[in-house]
Amino acid sequence: MSAEPVLEIKNLNVDYGLGDQAVRAVRDVSLTLHRGEVLGLAGESGSGKSTLAYGLTRLLPPPGVITGGEVIYHPEKGDAYDVLGLSDRGLRDFRWAETAIVFQGAMNSLNPVHKISTQLTDVLAAHEPKMSAHSRTARAREMLKLVGISADRMDAYPHQLSGGMRQRVMIGMALILQPQVVIMDEPTTALDVVMQRQILGQLIELRERLGFSVIFITHDLSLLVEFSNRIAIMYGGRIVEEAQAATLYKDSLHPYSAGLLGSFPALRGPRRELTGIPGSPPDLKGMPSGCSFHPRCPKAFDPCADTIPILGHPETPDGSVRTVACWLHPAAGSAAALASAKEQVS
Amino acid sequence: MKYLLQRIAFYLFTAWAAITLNFFIPRMIPGDPVKSLLSRFQGQMSSQAIDSLYVLFGLDKNASIWEQYFDYWKQLFHGDLGLSFTAFPSPVSEVIGSALPWTLALVGITTIISFFLGTGLGVLAGWRRGSWVDGLLPATTFLSSVPYFWLGLLAIFLLAGPNSIFPSGGGYTPGLIPAWDQYFIPSAIQHSLLPALTILISSVSGWILSMRNMMVTVAAEDYITVAHAKGLSEKRVALSYAARNALLPNVSGFALSLGFIVGGTLLVEIVFSYPGLGFLLFRAVTAKDYPLMQGIFLVITISVLVANLIADIAYLLLDPRTRKEG
Repeated sequence: MSAEPVLEIKNLNVDYGLGDQAVRAVRDVSLTLHRGEVLGLAGESGSGKSTLAYGLTRLLPPPGVITGGEVIYHPEKGDAYDVLGLSDRGLRDFRWAETAIVFQGAMNSLNPVHKISTQLTDVLAAHEPKMSAHSRTARAREMLKLVGISADRMDAYPHQLSGGMRQRVMIGMALILQPQVVIMDEPTTALDVVMQRQILGQLIELRERLGFSVIFITHDLSLLVEFSNRIAIMYGGRIVEEAQAATLYKDSLHPYSAGLLGSFPALRGPRRELTGIPGSPPDLKGMPSGCSFHPRCPKAFDPCADTIPILGHPETPDGSVRTVACWLHPAAGSAAALASAKEQVS
Repeated sequence: MKYLLQRIAFYLFTAWAAITLNFFIPRMIPGDPVKSLLSRFQGQMSSQAIDSLYVLFGLDKNASIWEQYFDYWKQLFHGDLGLSFTAFPSPVSEVIGSALPWTLALVGITTIISFFLGTGLGVLAGWRRGSWVDGLLPATTFLSSVPYFWLGLLAIFLLAGPNSIFPSGGGYTPGLIPAWDQYFIPSAIQHSLLPALTILISSVSGWILSMRNMMVTVAAEDYITVAHAKGLSEKRVALSYAARNALLPNVSGFALSLGFIVGGTLLVEIVFSYPGLGFLLFRAVTAKDYPLMQGIFLVITISVLVANLIADIAYLLLDPRTRKEG
């Protein structure tokens, strides 16, 4: 896997509402997606995962506003550009052709009054107007075959397909323009576990064949551990930990990640107590001071209530690159911040 | 297809039931038409004339109710709805036939204009919430909540007059003979402007409001977000994705309102003394003209049923989910 970035999110801030009433759903998030990588994004409901995905494609429903940051996209050929600075026309061209999204609601993502074929080909019509109607249909058939749906379902309406088939149609639709980045926003939440595995397995296979990068958003950390290369954990609108999937699974640094990992059973290994995380996700309108996780954190100590920990690189014995925002593992340089915070308290 | 046949069978049954009721109800009313006609002629009729009137109205005493019922159906199939009292001796079908085109033209055209105008504005208002179209809503809603006859009277009071281009009532300038010529047609159009305008004002906001609200509901659907994410043009998302789905309830409402074109405009035609079916019904009721009422009710019933059938077919065409396989 190359370390070449394809999508760089830099200090992205997303608010819902304006002024004092604004709810800060995503705060200061920086994240890099590398070419060919599956980046998992996990967290509880309301942690800002989906808002992040909507924000970086500028699909936020009102009153969502991007209040700051950059989303740098590196196309396969040509110069990198900031998605947030694109014109309407440019944005329309960028969408789907460069970054496609598979949405949460498998059931409602398809327009109920149009045939599958219409919905597959209208993307092509919008992005490749020179393509002939015949080759559009051929391409749509090809995509259906790719996701394992027989081509005679082209003329079916969405309500004639099962939930799993609909989501596969959506995946086929997402890949129809061969985008560099595919964002999966809880793509399998509405499906049963068997279908979940089948679809994800297929997706990973397709990724190996077509070489796109994936941002995989889910609250199911167990899925991410299995299917993604790198995992970022979000809490209260911030990224609290980011590491290679295996590293995070074996040795999570942030107590919140540990809590998430402790809330599902492992298939192998010794029996252990499932713990879960006490309390409930923070209210985005009245975030706790300091580290937003500290009221629920079993390991909270002195600085947690007062000072927000900086997302930084802690000392790792094996030297692998990982980041965490926790006072238990202060990043290089944040010791000074901690000291000054202590001074303020005393 | 099977579903459609089922619907048609259902409507045929309903039509049969309505026509049967239409036959029995006047016969349950005390007195009979000959007696009321007698009172109109103030008893100056020979007993022979009375007897022949009974035969004319199909009320000869010897026939049982069943024979009458079958005769009634036989007459219906021949388009014979009996004789009108008020326009005696013209047959009811002729009286209705002369009033129906007026209503169909005035209310039919305004209903269609109102639907398309209202739906179009509703799409705009729902898609661009907070724009000027949205600001139009309170005004149109206010106008539509004004009682219709008052709106009509106000329009006559304010706009019609000796020096105005709007006549205050009637269907055409008295003295003209109804014909497709250059004198009659402009006059008929001129006379229909004011009633058409008031109907439009009072009905358009319903379409705007329902379409706007459906647009707002549909705009929150996942497939709209997907359509945006697909990079489709704003126009395509608004029309082919949002409006296409939001239209469904409005279309069935429209088909139903087609049924009410025939009978639902009593007030308009009374206020403007417009020579349509509503005004005719009003006159028939005040004059106790039972055959005429019966005939008008029949026309209204059938038009409502046909409109319902159209609504079903329209839905079948527009919404694939209502189509059953096999």
